[in-house]
Amino acid sequence: MSYLKIDHVDKTFQRGATSTPVLKDISLEIEKGEYVSVIGHSGCGKSTLLNIIAGLTPITSGAVLLEGREVRDPGPERAVVFQNHSLLPWLTVYDNVALAVNKVFGGRKSKAERHDWIMHNLDLVQMGHAKDKRPAEISGGMKQRVGIARGLAMEPKILLLDEPFGALDALTRAHLQDSIMQIHATLGNTMIMITHDVDEAVLLSDRIVMMTNGPSARIGEVLDVRLARPRKRLDLVSDRTYIAAREAVLKFLYERHRFVEAA
Amino acid sequence: MGRAVLKEVETGATVVALPGAKPGVVPLPAPARKPLSSRLLPWLRAILVNVLPPLVTVALIALFWQIAASGPQSSLPPPTKIWEEAKDLIVEPFYWAGSQDIGLGWRILVSLQRVAIGFSLAAIVGVLLGALVGQSVWAMRGLDPVFQVLRTVPPLAWLPLSLAAFRDSQPSAIFVIFITAIWPVIINTAVGIRNIPQDYRNVAQVLRLNQVEFFFKIMVPSAAPYIFTGLRIGVGLSWLAIVAAEMLTGGVGIGFFIWDAWNSSRLSDIIVALVYIGVVGFLLDRLVAFVGAIVTRGTLVN
Repeated sequence: MSYLKIDHVDKTFQRGATSTPVLKDISLEIEKGEYVSVIGHSGCGKSTLLNIIAGLTPITSGAVLLEGREVRDPGPERAVVFQNHSLLPWLTVYDNVALAVNKVFGGRKSKAERHDWIMHNLDLVQMGHAKDKRPAEISGGMKQRVGIARGLAMEPKILLLDEPFGALDALTRAHLQDSIMQIHATLGNTMIMITHDVDEAVLLSDRIVMMTNGPSARIGEVLDVRLARPRKRLDLVSDRTYIAAREAVLKFLYERHRFVEAA
Repeated sequence: MGRAVLKEVETGATVVALPGAKPGVVPLPAPARKPLSSRLLPWLRAILVNVLPPLVTVALIALFWQIAASGPQSSLPPPTKIWEEAKDLIVEPFYWAGSQDIGLGWRILVSLQRVAIGFSLAAIVGVLLGALVGQSVWAMRGLDPVFQVLRTVPPLAWLPLSLAAFRDSQPSAIFVIFITAIWPVIINTAVGIRNIPQDYRNVAQVLRLNQVEFFFKIMVPSAAPYIFTGLRIGVGLSWLAIVAAEMLTGGVGIGFFIWDAWNSSRLSDIIVALVYIGVVGFLLDRLVAFVGAIVTRGTLVN
């Protein structure tokens, strides 16, 4: 049995009398420790899919099962790293992570243990030095690092990343991608990442889920990325498997499911 | 709005006072003193730039007033006469010579105490009601129209009703403060809560924060800038209302003092009391703004 099972999920948004079908018959099975990317043109409903797994958006029909149990509500075992970091601006970096840690481990860990766990996670994303800063005082890349630390600190069964590097410049993005790869290698988390960056998807993922254009978006294709880990950005540039995978995704996105409105 | 206007005044003040401040810069050329003077000068300059313009304005007003009110037929006393007649009130705010012969400082404190009780109640109830209206669509549909009608009722119109209900002037005055200050608190809190970004709500949902945790950890800090806007308007309104309410209820407050002075034609005392009220109202406003600035530190910038 698979770790996470998305079973024939439909999603229709109802607004007054008009109903918009967003997702149609999505089925996907994800194994423990897998890194799966979901890629598609904007508006195809990939963020909606992530929110459904997170439990933030209710399902119209179908089900999401985590370890065989249906999930309907949001919860810390499916931590989300939000696109715009979503740190609380009135709390310091430390307190932002502490909010999550105290809530999730409040009854189970002692105060000292929780402190160590917060610092451990901040150090994991190299943000321990900025623990007393407020979000407004650190850069966009640093904020997203803290967002990742907050997600990891919940010790989730699945870490959901909603276009985590979308708002960052190319250099910072590459930096954070390397960090995420390292964290994935160390902790072996199951991760699902929404992205619209083909290189990012190929570099990070074990599998790439490609979505067709909405409305009624479906899973068009699932691509296995058979690249050995650890992966090195520079070595991959000329790697044949990498180039082939990249080409497959690009062809899917720009040949067969071209985004009409984008022109 | 208020902040923008303040800034303009400050900028204007800089332009006016610079020529006056400059001569102070010139006679300090000694190199040994340079560190000290370079540290002190900005301070001196800042004080001059900020304090001098209002002093000049006040002096000009007083001069104009003196000229205008000095004629034999003048119905209002000029500043010099006020100084002669009400010197004890100005110089000794805290004297005590019998139950009704006390300094204005004491009267202000009595009024402030009423405002403190009424305003604190309004702040607590207002934030809770505002949170309810901001959070629940049905509460908003049910309560908002009622609030919108009630908030237009002038503070003093509540006084007869509260006198009838409480049968005592002290709780009635406090109730008038409460009912005056609560509307801006409710309305601003509700707006602040409706404006909590969906992201923060998502974070709370993923963490499974319960209602109480959500209220204290997300709602209040996130809506704090709005709440403090409401509190600031509220405290200003309560200070307006207390003076009027005390004129009617009597007792020891500053409002009754003015009414009493009018009945015995002590115009100078009234004018001194007006200055007291103005200064205290200004300080109250600044106090709430100051607390707000500390509490909402970092909340607005993201």
